[in-house]
Amino acid sequence: MSEGTLPLFEVFVRAKRGLSHVHVGSVHAPDATMAVRNARDLYTRRQEGVSIWVVAASDIVASSPDEKDSFFDPAGDKIYRHPTFYDVPEDVEYL
Amino acid sequence: MYGNDFAEPDDPGAGPLNAADGGAVEAAAAHVDTKAQQGLETFDAIIAADQRIEPRDAMPEEYRQTLIRQIAQHAHSEIIGMQPEGNWITRAPSLRRKAILIAKVQDEAGHGLYLYSAAETLGIDREELLDRLHTGKQKYSSIFNYPTLTWADCGAIGWLVDGAAIMNQVPLCRCSYGPYARAMIRTCKEESFHQRQGFELLWELMRGTPEQQAMAQDATNRWWWPALAMFGPRDTGEHAVTGGHTEQSMAWGIKRFSNDDLRQKFVDMTVPQAQRLGVKIPDPDLKWNAERGHYDFGEIDWDEFWRVIKGDGACNSARIERRVTSHQQGAWVREAAAAYAAKQRQRAGAGAQAGAADGEGSAA
Repeated sequence: MSEGTLPLFEVFVRAKRGLSHVHVGSVHAPDATMAVRNARDLYTRRQEGVSIWVVAASDIVASSPDEKDSFFDPAGDKIYRHPTFYDVPEDVEYL
Repeated sequence: MYGNDFAEPDDPGAGPLNAADGGAVEAAAAHVDTKAQQGLETFDAIIAADQRIEPRDAMPEEYRQTLIRQIAQHAHSEIIGMQPEGNWITRAPSLRRKAILIAKVQDEAGHGLYLYSAAETLGIDREELLDRLHTGKQKYSSIFNYPTLTWADCGAIGWLVDGAAIMNQVPLCRCSYGPYARAMIRTCKEESFHQRQGFELLWELMRGTPEQQAMAQDATNRWWWPALAMFGPRDTGEHAVTGGHTEQSMAWGIKRFSNDDLRQKFVDMTVPQAQRLGVKIPDPDLKWNAERGHYDFGEIDWDEFWRVIKGDGACNSARIERRVTSHQQGAWVREAAAAYAAKQRQRAGAGAQAGAADGEGSAA
Protein backbone atom coordinates (compact mmCIF):
# COMPACT_ATOMS: atom_id res chain seq x y z
CA MET A 1 0.00 0.00 0.00
CA SER A 2 1.41 3.34 -0.96
CA GLU A 3 1.95 5.75 1.89
CA GLY A 4 0.44 9.07 0.94
CA THR A 5 -0.72 11.77 3.29
CA LEU A 6 -3.90 10.76 5.09
CA PRO A 7 -6.99 12.91 4.44
CA LEU A 8 -7.14 16.33 6.09
CA PHE A 9 -9.96 17.26 8.48
CA GLU A 10 -10.71 20.73 9.81
CA VAL A 11 -11.44 20.75 13.54
CA PHE A 12 -14.02 22.83 15.43
CA VAL A 13 -14.25 22.88 19.22
CA ARG A 14 -17.03 24.06 21.51
CA ALA A 15 -15.16 25.50 24.50
CA LYS A 16 -18.13 25.25 26.84
CA ARG A 17 -21.89 24.93 26.78
CA GLY A 18 -23.56 28.01 25.39
CA LEU A 19 -20.77 28.81 22.93
CA SER A 20 -20.51 27.96 19.24
CA HIS A 21 -17.96 25.55 17.85
CA VAL A 22 -14.91 27.49 16.71
CA HIS A 23 -12.30 26.47 14.16
CA VAL A 24 -9.05 25.53 15.91
CA GLY A 25 -6.92 23.87 13.22
CA SER A 26 -6.69 20.60 11.36
CA VAL A 27 -5.67 16.97 11.74
CA HIS A 28 -4.85 14.15 9.37
CA ALA A 29 -6.73 10.89 9.86
CA PRO A 30 -7.80 7.89 7.80
CA ASP A 31 -11.48 8.56 8.54
CA ALA A 32 -13.75 10.91 10.46
CA THR A 33 -13.93 8.70 13.57
CA MET A 34 -10.16 8.70 13.94
CA ALA A 35 -10.11 12.41 13.16
CA VAL A 36 -12.30 13.06 16.20
CA ARG A 37 -9.94 11.05 18.38
CA ASN A 38 -6.84 12.72 16.99
CA ALA A 39 -8.47 16.11 17.47
CA ARG A 40 -9.28 15.19 21.08
CA ASP A 41 -5.61 14.37 21.74
CA LEU A 42 -4.31 17.42 19.90
CA TYR A 43 -6.71 20.26 20.70
CA THR A 44 -8.24 19.37 24.08
CA ARG A 45 -5.34 18.12 26.21
CA ARG A 46 -6.26 20.71 28.84
CA GLN A 47 -10.04 20.48 28.80
CA GLU A 48 -10.36 23.19 26.15
CA GLY A 49 -13.58 21.70 24.86
CA VAL A 50 -16.81 19.84 25.58
CA SER A 51 -17.59 18.95 21.97
CA ILE A 52 -15.66 18.47 18.73
CA TRP A 53 -16.71 18.64 15.09
CA VAL A 54 -14.50 17.45 12.27
CA VAL A 55 -15.18 18.16 8.60
CA ALA A 56 -13.23 16.78 5.66
CA ALA A 57 -11.29 19.79 4.39
CA SER A 58 -12.24 18.86 0.83
CA ASP A 59 -15.94 19.21 1.72
CA ILE A 60 -15.69 22.85 2.76
CA VAL A 61 -17.05 25.36 0.29
CA ALA A 62 -15.87 28.91 0.89
CA SER A 63 -16.30 32.33 -0.62
CA SER A 64 -13.34 33.38 -2.70
CA PRO A 65 -11.05 36.15 -1.47
CA ASP A 66 -10.66 37.24 -5.12
CA GLU A 67 -14.28 38.32 -5.31
CA LYS A 68 -14.34 39.72 -1.80
CA ASP A 69 -15.38 43.18 -2.97
CA SER A 70 -18.12 42.24 -5.39
CA PHE A 71 -19.36 39.49 -3.10
CA PHE A 72 -19.81 41.64 -0.02
CA ASP A 73 -20.49 44.94 -1.80
CA PRO A 74 -24.30 44.62 -1.84
CA ALA A 75 -24.37 45.19 1.94
CA GLY A 76 -22.25 48.32 1.64
CA ASP A 77 -24.94 50.83 0.70
CA LYS A 78 -27.68 49.55 2.99
CA ILE A 79 -26.82 51.60 5.99
CA TYR A 80 -30.52 51.74 6.92
CA ARG A 81 -29.98 48.24 8.33
CA HIS A 82 -28.19 49.79 11.27
CA PRO A 83 -30.15 51.27 14.20
CA THR A 84 -28.00 54.42 14.23
CA PHE A 85 -29.31 55.33 10.75
CA TYR A 86 -32.55 56.65 12.24
CA ASP A 87 -33.17 60.13 13.61
CA VAL A 88 -35.36 59.97 16.65
CA PRO A 89 -35.99 62.51 19.42
CA GLU A 90 -33.31 62.32 22.10
CA ASP A 91 -35.80 62.35 24.98
CA VAL A 92 -37.49 59.09 24.03
CA GLU A 93 -36.26 56.28 26.29
CA TYR A 94 -35.63 52.58 25.57
CA LEU A 95 -35.38 53.16 21.83
CA MET B 1 9.57 24.97 21.72
CA TYR B 2 11.36 27.16 19.27
CA GLY B 3 10.59 29.75 16.64
CA ASN B 4 13.51 31.42 14.98
CA ASP B 5 14.37 31.41 11.35
CA PHE B 6 17.86 31.60 10.02
CA ALA B 7 19.90 29.72 7.49
CA GLU B 8 23.54 29.16 6.79
CA PRO B 9 24.85 31.99 4.64
CA ASP B 10 26.01 29.45 2.06
CA ASP B 11 23.00 27.14 2.19
CA PRO B 12 21.76 26.92 -1.40
CA GLY B 13 18.48 25.39 -0.27
CA ALA B 14 17.59 28.51 1.66
CA GLY B 15 17.08 30.59 -1.45
CA PRO B 16 17.71 34.30 -1.63
CA LEU B 17 16.92 36.00 1.64
CA ASN B 18 15.97 39.21 0.01
CA ALA B 19 13.95 38.64 -3.10
CA ALA B 20 15.77 41.51 -4.78
CA ASP B 21 19.04 39.53 -4.59
CA GLY B 22 17.86 36.55 -6.55
CA GLY B 23 16.19 38.16 -9.52
CA ALA B 24 13.05 36.28 -8.52
CA VAL B 25 11.04 39.44 -8.41
CA GLU B 26 12.05 40.48 -11.91
CA ALA B 27 11.34 37.02 -13.24
CA ALA B 28 7.97 36.89 -11.59
CA ALA B 29 7.10 40.44 -12.57
CA ALA B 30 7.19 39.51 -16.23
CA HIS B 31 4.28 37.17 -15.65
CA VAL B 32 2.27 39.21 -13.26
CA ASP B 33 -1.10 40.08 -14.67
CA THR B 34 -3.23 42.96 -13.52
CA LYS B 35 -5.35 40.85 -11.22
CA ALA B 36 -2.39 39.41 -9.35
CA GLN B 37 -0.99 42.92 -9.11
CA GLN B 38 -4.18 44.08 -7.46
CA GLY B 39 -3.95 41.10 -5.08
CA LEU B 40 -0.46 42.12 -4.04
CA GLU B 41 -1.55 45.70 -3.54
CA THR B 42 -4.19 44.33 -1.17
CA PHE B 43 -1.43 42.30 0.52
CA ASP B 44 0.69 45.41 1.01
CA ALA B 45 -2.30 47.31 2.38
CA ILE B 46 -3.09 44.53 4.87
CA ILE B 47 0.53 44.40 6.04
CA ALA B 48 0.67 48.21 6.30
CA ALA B 49 -2.49 48.20 8.43
CA ASP B 50 -0.93 45.49 10.66
CA GLN B 51 -3.78 43.12 9.91
CA ARG B 52 -3.50 39.40 9.28
CA ILE B 53 -2.92 37.59 6.00
CA GLU B 54 -5.12 34.50 5.69
CA PRO B 55 -4.44 31.34 3.67
CA ARG B 56 -6.35 32.14 0.50
CA ASP B 57 -5.21 35.75 0.20
CA ALA B 58 -2.86 36.72 -2.58
CA MET B 59 0.69 36.96 -1.23
CA PRO B 60 4.17 37.38 -2.73
CA GLU B 61 5.75 34.02 -3.50
CA GLU B 62 8.76 34.96 -1.35
CA TYR B 63 6.46 35.61 1.62
CA ARG B 64 4.89 32.19 1.15
CA GLN B 65 8.25 30.44 0.84
CA THR B 66 9.73 32.27 3.82
CA LEU B 67 6.78 31.21 5.95
CA ILE B 68 6.87 27.61 4.75
CA ARG B 69 10.57 27.42 5.60
CA GLN B 70 10.18 29.10 9.00
CA ILE B 71 7.05 27.25 10.11
CA ALA B 72 8.45 23.92 8.89
CA GLN B 73 11.74 24.49 10.70
CA HIS B 74 9.76 25.40 13.79
CA ALA B 75 7.59 22.27 13.48
CA HIS B 76 10.62 20.06 12.92
CA SER B 77 12.23 21.55 16.04
CA GLU B 78 9.19 20.64 18.10
CA ILE B 79 9.14 17.01 17.10
CA ILE B 80 12.91 16.54 17.21
CA GLY B 81 12.70 18.32 20.57
CA MET B 82 10.81 15.31 21.93
CA GLN B 83 14.00 13.25 21.85
CA PRO B 84 16.38 14.89 24.35
CA GLU B 85 13.78 14.75 27.11
CA GLY B 86 12.16 11.54 25.92
CA ASN B 87 15.57 10.08 26.70
CA TRP B 88 14.78 10.47 30.43
CA ILE B 89 11.17 9.26 30.63
CA THR B 90 12.10 5.74 31.75
CA ARG B 91 14.57 7.11 34.30
CA ALA B 92 12.58 9.97 35.82
CA PRO B 93 13.18 9.80 39.57
CA SER B 94 9.53 9.68 40.69
CA LEU B 95 6.09 8.89 39.31
CA ARG B 96 5.24 12.61 39.56
CA ARG B 97 8.27 13.57 37.47
CA LYS B 98 7.58 10.80 34.98
CA ALA B 99 3.97 11.94 34.47
CA ILE B 100 5.11 15.56 34.04
CA LEU B 101 7.80 14.59 31.55
CA ILE B 102 5.44 12.44 29.49
CA ALA B 103 2.93 15.31 29.37
CA LYS B 104 5.65 17.73 28.31
CA VAL B 105 6.98 15.49 25.56
CA GLN B 106 3.41 14.98 24.35
CA ASP B 107 2.98 18.75 24.28
CA GLU B 108 6.05 19.05 22.05
CA ALA B 109 4.44 16.61 19.61
CA GLY B 110 1.27 18.70 19.80
CA HIS B 111 3.15 21.92 19.07
CA GLY B 112 4.73 20.25 16.05
CA LEU B 113 1.28 19.25 14.80
CA TYR B 114 -0.19 22.76 15.31
CA LEU B 115 2.68 24.06 13.21
CA TYR B 116 2.49 21.45 10.45
CA SER B 117 -1.21 22.25 10.27
CA ALA B 118 -0.36 25.95 9.86
CA ALA B 119 2.30 25.22 7.23
CA GLU B 120 -0.15 23.14 5.21
CA THR B 121 -2.43 26.16 4.79
CA LEU B 122 0.33 27.57 2.58
CA GLY B 123 -0.20 24.76 0.11
CA ILE B 124 2.49 22.29 1.08
CA ASP B 125 1.86 18.65 1.90
CA ARG B 126 2.58 17.14 5.34
CA GLU B 127 4.47 14.17 3.88
CA GLU B 128 6.60 16.54 1.83
CA LEU B 129 7.56 18.46 4.97
CA LEU B 130 8.52 15.30 6.84
CA ASP B 131 10.49 14.16 3.82
CA ARG B 132 12.43 17.42 3.81
CA LEU B 133 13.28 16.91 7.49
CA HIS B 134 14.30 13.29 7.00
CA THR B 135 16.54 14.06 4.03
CA GLY B 136 18.15 17.09 5.67
CA LYS B 137 16.70 19.58 3.19
CA GLN B 138 15.14 21.49 6.06
CA LYS B 139 16.72 22.14 9.44
CA TYR B 140 15.56 22.11 13.02
CA SER B 141 16.95 24.13 15.90
CA SER B 142 20.57 23.29 16.64
CA ILE B 143 19.82 23.21 20.37
CA PHE B 144 18.47 19.67 20.04
CA ASN B 145 21.80 18.37 18.82
CA TYR B 146 23.17 18.65 22.35
CA PRO B 147 22.87 15.55 24.56
CA THR B 148 20.90 15.25 27.82
CA LEU B 149 23.58 13.71 30.01
CA THR B 150 21.94 13.94 33.45
CA TRP B 151 18.49 14.29 34.99
CA ALA B 152 19.26 17.96 35.70
CA ASP B 153 19.39 18.53 31.92
CA CYS B 154 15.61 18.05 31.85
CA GLY B 155 15.36 20.96 34.27
CA ALA B 156 17.81 23.12 32.33
CA ILE B 157 15.94 22.48 29.09
CA GLY B 158 12.63 23.53 30.60
CA TRP B 159 14.06 26.59 32.31
CA LEU B 160 16.52 27.84 29.68
CA VAL B 161 15.55 26.29 26.34
CA ASP B 162 11.80 26.67 26.80
CA GLY B 163 12.41 30.05 28.40
CA ALA B 164 14.26 31.17 25.27
CA ALA B 165 11.55 29.63 23.12
CA ILE B 166 8.86 31.64 24.91
CA MET B 167 10.86 34.81 24.30
CA ASN B 168 10.90 33.94 20.59
CA GLN B 169 7.33 32.74 20.35
CA VAL B 170 5.41 35.44 22.20
CA PRO B 171 6.08 38.04 19.45
CA LEU B 172 5.12 35.40 16.86
CA CYS B 173 1.60 35.47 18.33
CA ARG B 174 1.33 38.79 16.43
CA CYS B 175 2.87 37.43 13.24
CA SER B 176 1.24 38.75 10.07
CA TYR B 177 0.26 35.25 8.91
CA GLY B 178 -2.96 34.31 10.72
CA PRO B 179 -2.60 30.52 11.01
CA TYR B 180 0.99 30.81 12.31
CA ALA B 181 -0.04 33.45 14.86
CA ARG B 182 -2.94 31.31 16.07
CA ALA B 183 -0.71 28.23 16.39
CA MET B 184 1.71 30.32 18.47
CA ILE B 185 -1.03 31.54 20.82
CA ARG B 186 -1.99 27.95 21.50
CA THR B 187 1.66 26.95 21.93
CA CYS B 188 2.56 29.83 24.25
CA LYS B 189 -0.28 28.96 26.60
CA GLU B 190 1.34 25.56 27.06
CA GLU B 191 4.99 26.64 27.21
CA SER B 192 4.56 28.29 30.57
CA PHE B 193 4.09 24.88 32.17
CA HIS B 194 7.26 23.68 30.45
CA GLN B 195 9.38 26.49 31.78
CA ARG B 196 8.01 26.31 35.31
CA GLN B 197 8.39 22.55 35.66
CA GLY B 198 12.02 22.92 34.57
CA PHE B 199 12.68 25.67 37.08
CA GLU B 200 11.00 23.65 39.82
CA LEU B 201 13.08 20.59 38.96
CA LEU B 202 16.30 22.60 39.35
CA TRP B 203 14.91 24.35 42.44
CA GLU B 204 14.49 20.97 44.12
CA LEU B 205 17.98 19.85 43.13
CA MET B 206 19.48 23.09 44.47
CA ARG B 207 17.90 22.39 47.83
CA GLY B 208 19.19 18.82 47.81
CA THR B 209 22.56 17.18 48.39
CA PRO B 210 25.86 18.74 47.24
CA GLU B 211 25.90 16.19 44.41
CA GLN B 212 22.44 17.30 43.27
CA GLN B 213 23.46 20.95 43.43
CA ALA B 214 26.56 20.19 41.38
CA MET B 215 24.40 18.39 38.85
CA ALA B 216 22.13 21.44 38.49
CA GLN B 217 25.14 23.73 38.08
CA ASP B 218 26.70 21.42 35.50
CA ALA B 219 23.49 21.36 33.46
CA THR B 220 23.29 25.16 33.62
CA ASN B 221 26.90 25.38 32.45
CA ARG B 222 26.23 23.19 29.43
CA TRP B 223 22.86 24.68 28.36
CA TRP B 224 23.42 28.39 28.93
CA TRP B 225 25.39 29.17 25.77
CA PRO B 226 23.40 26.94 23.43
CA ALA B 227 20.22 28.61 24.78
CA LEU B 228 21.63 32.06 23.95
CA ALA B 229 22.58 30.82 20.48
CA MET B 230 18.95 29.76 19.89
CA PHE B 231 18.11 33.37 19.04
CA GLY B 232 20.27 33.13 15.95
CA PRO B 233 23.19 35.13 14.56
CA ARG B 234 23.78 38.74 15.53
CA ASP B 235 21.63 40.97 13.40
CA THR B 236 22.18 44.44 14.80
CA GLY B 237 25.18 46.72 15.22
CA GLU B 238 28.65 46.34 13.75
CA HIS B 239 28.77 42.57 14.29
CA ALA B 240 25.59 41.88 12.35
CA VAL B 241 25.81 38.85 10.10
CA THR B 242 24.83 40.03 6.65
CA GLY B 243 22.33 38.15 4.55
CA GLY B 244 20.05 37.30 7.47
CA HIS B 245 16.29 37.17 7.22
CA THR B 246 15.63 39.77 9.87
CA GLU B 247 15.06 42.86 7.75
CA GLN B 248 12.68 41.35 5.22
CA SER B 249 10.83 39.33 7.86
CA MET B 250 10.33 42.44 9.94
CA ALA B 251 9.03 44.38 6.93
CA TRP B 252 6.51 41.60 6.36
CA GLY B 253 5.45 41.52 9.99
CA ILE B 254 6.63 37.92 10.42
CA LYS B 255 9.31 38.91 12.88
CA ARG B 256 8.75 41.67 15.42
CA PHE B 257 12.12 41.99 17.18
CA SER B 258 15.72 41.43 16.13
CA ASN B 259 17.61 38.34 17.31
CA ASP B 260 19.84 40.55 19.46
CA ASP B 261 16.91 42.31 21.14
CA LEU B 262 15.28 39.02 22.04
CA ARG B 263 18.57 37.61 23.32
CA GLN B 264 19.07 40.66 25.53
CA LYS B 265 15.55 40.33 26.91
CA PHE B 266 16.21 36.68 27.67
CA VAL B 267 19.43 37.45 29.54
CA ASP B 268 17.75 40.25 31.52
CA MET B 269 14.89 37.92 32.46
CA THR B 270 17.03 34.91 33.32
CA VAL B 271 19.88 36.34 35.40
CA PRO B 272 17.65 37.18 38.41
CA GLN B 273 16.09 33.72 38.14
CA ALA B 274 19.55 32.13 38.26
CA GLN B 275 20.39 34.20 41.34
CA ARG B 276 17.23 33.05 43.08
CA LEU B 277 17.95 29.48 42.04
CA GLY B 278 21.50 29.75 43.34
CA VAL B 279 23.26 28.64 40.17
CA LYS B 280 26.08 30.60 38.59
CA ILE B 281 25.80 31.59 34.95
CA PRO B 282 28.97 30.47 33.15
CA ASP B 283 29.92 33.86 31.70
CA PRO B 284 32.77 35.88 33.27
CA ASP B 285 31.69 38.94 31.25
CA LEU B 286 28.16 38.95 32.62
CA LYS B 287 27.48 42.13 34.58
CA TRP B 288 24.76 44.72 35.07
CA ASN B 289 25.20 47.85 32.97
CA ALA B 290 23.36 50.65 34.75
CA GLU B 291 23.87 53.02 31.85
CA ARG B 292 22.14 50.72 29.37
CA GLY B 293 19.72 49.32 31.89
CA HIS B 294 20.62 45.83 30.71
CA TYR B 295 23.04 43.05 31.50
CA ASP B 296 26.21 42.95 29.41
CA PHE B 297 27.22 39.46 28.45
CA GLY B 298 30.04 37.66 26.64
CA GLU B 299 30.30 36.63 23.01
CA ILE B 300 28.76 33.37 21.84
CA ASP B 301 31.07 30.84 20.20
CA TRP B 302 29.71 31.35 16.70
CA ASP B 303 32.09 28.83 15.15
CA GLU B 304 30.50 26.16 17.31
CA PHE B 305 27.04 27.48 16.43
CA TRP B 306 27.59 27.11 12.67
CA ARG B 307 29.39 23.80 13.15
CA VAL B 308 26.39 22.31 14.96
CA ILE B 309 23.92 23.75 12.43
CA LYS B 310 25.92 22.20 9.61
CA GLY B 311 25.65 18.77 11.17
CA ASP B 312 28.68 18.44 13.42
CA GLY B 313 26.92 18.53 16.80
CA ALA B 314 27.06 15.69 19.31
CA CYS B 315 23.68 14.25 18.32
CA ASN B 316 22.84 15.43 14.77
CA SER B 317 22.93 12.06 13.07
CA ALA B 318 21.38 10.22 16.04
CA ARG B 319 18.41 12.60 16.12
CA ILE B 320 17.58 12.21 12.44
CA GLU B 321 18.20 8.47 12.49
CA ARG B 322 15.83 8.07 15.43
CA ARG B 323 13.23 10.25 13.72
CA VAL B 324 13.37 8.32 10.44
CA THR B 325 13.33 4.95 12.22
CA SER B 326 10.29 5.82 14.30
CA HIS B 327 8.51 7.14 11.21
CA GLN B 328 9.23 3.89 9.37
CA GLN B 329 8.27 1.74 12.35
CA GLY B 330 4.96 3.60 12.61
CA ALA B 331 4.12 2.98 8.95
CA TRP B 332 2.12 -0.18 9.68
CA VAL B 333 -0.18 1.77 12.03
CA ARG B 334 -0.95 4.36 9.36
CA GLU B 335 -1.39 1.65 6.74
CA ALA B 336 -3.70 -0.42 8.94
CA ALA B 337 -5.83 2.61 9.78
CA ALA B 338 -6.08 3.58 6.11
CA ALA B 339 -6.95 -0.01 5.12
CA TYR B 340 -9.66 -0.13 7.78
CA ALA B 341 -11.09 3.18 6.61
CA ALA B 342 -11.08 1.98 3.00
CA LYS B 343 -12.90 -1.23 3.99
CA GLN B 344 -15.52 0.73 5.93
CA ARG B 345 -16.09 3.02 2.94
CA GLN B 346 -16.41 0.00 0.67
CA ARG B 347 -18.94 -1.66 2.99
CA ALA B 348 -20.93 1.55 3.31
CA GLY B 349 -20.96 1.82 -0.49
CA ALA B 350 -22.07 -1.80 -0.90
CA GLY B 351 -24.74 -1.35 1.79
CA ALA B 352 -26.11 1.73 0.06
CA GLN B 353 -26.35 -0.12 -3.23
CA ALA B 354 -28.09 -3.09 -1.63
CA GLY B 355 -30.46 -0.73 0.18
CA ALA B 356 -31.32 1.03 -3.08
CA ALA B 357 -32.03 -2.33 -4.77
CA ASP B 358 -34.41 -3.27 -1.95
CA GLY B 359 -36.25 -0.05 -2.33
CA GLU B 360 -35.04 1.21 1.06
CA GLY B 361 -33.45 4.55 0.42
CA SER B 362 -31.80 6.82 2.90
CA ALA B 363 -35.29 7.62 4.16
CA ALA B 364 -34.99 4.52 6.31
